[in-house]
Formats: sequence, C-alpha cells, structure tokens
Amino acid sequence: MIELAIFLTLLTLGYVFGRLNERRHYASIQQREEAYRALLLLPGRYVPEQYIQHHSTLVSGNVVVSVDYFKTIAAGLRGLVGGRIASYESLIDRARREAILRMQEEAAALGAEAILNIKMETSRVAGNDRNGLGSVEVLAYGTALFPRR
Amino acid sequence: MLISNMEIVPGLRIVRHLGLVQGSTVRAKHVGRDMMAGLKNIFGGELKGYTELLNESRDAALERMKEQARAAGANAVLNVRFGTSTIAPGASEILVYGTAVVVENLAP
Repeated sequence: MIELAIFLTLLTLGYVFGRLNERRHYASIQQREEAYRALLLLPGRYVPEQYIQHHSTLVSGNVVVSVDYFKTIAAGLRGLVGGRIASYESLIDRARREAILRMQEEAAALGAEAILNIKMETSRVAGNDRNGLGSVEVLAYGTALFPRR
Repeated sequence: MLISNMEIVPGLRIVRHLGLVQGSTVRAKHVGRDMMAGLKNIFGGELKGYTELLNESRDAALERMKEQARAAGANAVLNVRFGTSTIAPGASEILVYGTAVVVENLAP
C-alpha cells in the first residue's frame, strides 16, 4: 500500500514538474532560436562565396538532460506494445536544440556570421540509470566563420 | 592554434600534413552529483553538474590534442572529431582527434 502511494506520488511529481519544465524550456528555445536566426547554420562543408576571406574556429555546445519519472514509466509501458515513444522524442529534441543554441551563443560571442560542417553526437550518461534512459548528453559542434579584423 | 572540423580552411593554404593527433580524458562524477542526478530523474530537467563536467573534460582533451600538435610543429588541427563513450558505470571517456597541419596565408 505504502509502495503504491510512493509510486503515485513520484508519478505525479514527475508529471507536474516534468510538464512545467518542458513547457518553459520550449518557450525559451523558441525565443532564442528567433534571436539567432541571422547566424546561419550550415551542415555542409562547402564554404559559400561570401565567407572565403573569413577566419574560422571550432565552436561547440553541450547539454545533459534527464528524464522525469512520468516519462520513464510512460516509455516503459510503450515498450510493451511498441511504437513511438513521444515522451523521449520531445526530450531529445529539446536537448539537441539546446546544444545547437549554446554552440550559436559561443559563435555569436566571436562575432561569427555562419557555422559550417555541423556535427551532432548523442550519448547516454551512465551511473544514474537503472534500465531506463536516465540522462542523455547531446553535443553539437561546427566551424564558426567570422570576419577578419 | 587554429582548430576546425573541416579539412579546408578559407583563406589559408595547407603547406604540410603532420598526421593524426589526439587527446582523451576519462572522468567520473562525484557521489553528491550522482545523488542530485537521481533526484533529477524524478523531476526532469537539465543536469548542470554533468553538463559542466563534460564540457571541462572536452576542453582538457582538446588541450592535450593541441599539445601533441604543437610538439609536432603544427599551427593548426583540421577535421576535428569528438567521441564520447561510457566505459564504466559513472565514468565517461572523451576523445578528440584531428589532423595536424601547417597552414599559411594565401597571397592576397
């Protein structure tokens, strides 16, 4: 009985805080993406004509995000029947966009106009996960091009 | 030292290739941070401690790679790639590698 109560409390806490957190994070992501719209993100390695005289340097951004209890349980249930795990999709989407934004922040501080050859990497951070996803790290990196002074 | 993850650098010419250089580091988090992470697994959200830790490790690995490149007489490292792997519970290895080269400015 006690166990069920603990489980339900964790589930509710996870649902309420997780939801709130996710909504806030998405709002902040959208706002910052709008602000950095002018800083071009180019996943290719072709250098556009207008940047051939620019300086270049490596920039990167990373973030580690954690699942909440509700997402873990929801994903566990989904695992029984198979199919899309929407709760993990939004988590990783947020992490990736956040990592890119941090990379853009670093580039913007240098006065960059574009970031080329963007690579992304996702890895699981172990040590605190039992059998669920636990926490994931997303790293984004690329070459920032900024005008010569 | 110029670090780039492309194999060509706008405005510069590669004079000499000096081969592969790499840097790596293995880091673990301390128990306090792991407990915080356990809590975060209930509420969700960013694990700032881990983000910082991995960021610092990556900087350290980059620094080691640069040292190797400097020792080889390079002034740039191109085609840089990162790798992350979990080698034991609670410990991650960060690897950075690239090609050490000597570059010079193109004649204007």
